[in-house]
Amino acid sequence: MSEVLLSGTNLGKAFGRTAALDGASMLVHDNEIVAILGPSGSGKSTLLHCLAGIVAPDSGTVAFRGRELGRMTDKERSALRRTEFGFVFQFGQLVPELSCVENVALPLRLGGMRRKDAEVKAKEWMDRIEVGHLLDKRPGEVSGGQSQRVAVARALVTGPKVVFADEPTGALDSFNGEQVMRLLVDTARDTGASIVLVTHEARVAAYSDREVVVRDGKTRQVALAH
Amino acid sequence: MSIGHALLGLLETGPRHGYDLKRVYDERFGHDRPLAYGQVYSTLSRLLRNGLVEERGVEAGGGPERKRYAITDAGVTDVSEWLVTPENPQIYLQSALYTKVVLALMSDRDAEEVLDAQRSAHLASMRELTARKRAGDLTDQLICDHALFHLEADLRWLELTAARLADLAKQVTG
Repeated sequence: MSEVLLSGTNLGKAFGRTAALDGASMLVHDNEIVAILGPSGSGKSTLLHCLAGIVAPDSGTVAFRGRELGRMTDKERSALRRTEFGFVFQFGQLVPELSCVENVALPLRLGGMRRKDAEVKAKEWMDRIEVGHLLDKRPGEVSGGQSQRVAVARALVTGPKVVFADEPTGALDSFNGEQVMRLLVDTARDTGASIVLVTHEARVAAYSDREVVVRDGKTRQVALAH
Repeated sequence: MSIGHALLGLLETGPRHGYDLKRVYDERFGHDRPLAYGQVYSTLSRLLRNGLVEERGVEAGGGPERKRYAITDAGVTDVSEWLVTPENPQIYLQSALYTKVVLALMSDRDAEEVLDAQRSAHLASMRELTARKRAGDLTDQLICDHALFHLEADLRWLELTAARLADLAKQVTG
């Protein structure tokens, strides 16, 4: 078994009186694609947000390569998210005022890379994700499937160790959803990145190596049938 | 799946002998289940008896069966009717899984465990199909997608049932 990259242990999180997570635990290993499944409101997105350091859990710990996120400063956590994590969400993630190539270059620019260098690298990734022809288009000028591919390029441009994908195909039809999943999985496999994938679609989950099921804020321990 | 109609459809592109028909059928449709020779010849004799195909000469050369078959006008009409006749949607009103869930609830066992195990098995099959689809050609993709959508439908039912377990428990134990 490869090494544990990311772990969430006994995570609890409440929003007001509603418990979103109630003792959820999961591991992500190197080069592994894990799907988080569960009904709406089960806590699967909150689990992803806790693992990604976007939301701080009320109880329990999240650790990346053994380092607890809760013990990091805000600055360290931001740097971790920028350099080691990539994100793909369902929609609304590209900055509408920026061109596609500027959007893809954004995480590199935030990390301090020069504009020209960042855009050269962004272009390479856009070619790889088959959206090299959309460099100067604004997000509003491209289709949903193209926009999501641009988002995949942006998630991978920094060479992250983990890509967090929350319903990445939720706004797409079956054909475009398939294309996006293929690109996401193929490039993650090539670069050695792991993927934490939240989805309610079983066909999308079938791209994962294994699944974690969340129900009522708890992760179900399921015997693996594979 | 009507083998007879599929063979008739293939014969519409031109006369063929039995071996050739089997080869084309297997290539196009027989990924999982290639046709047995016996099945090809028994189907052809039935089609011949019903006037849907006719013999069109014997090919020179060795081999056990070199007769060539051609589709008749009646055969063409038969294929046309078959193509536009919808297949019966298959409905599984009393699935084994439903029975297991109800029995688990009646005996106060953990019905979620039944559903979890099934979800896991379904996803394992779906992963295999996805891998096969990704490595295969367009034919593989279409065949695997058909199976994947059906398995996904099962899983949607499973998730809905999981969400309704408490209500179902009241009903079966009440």
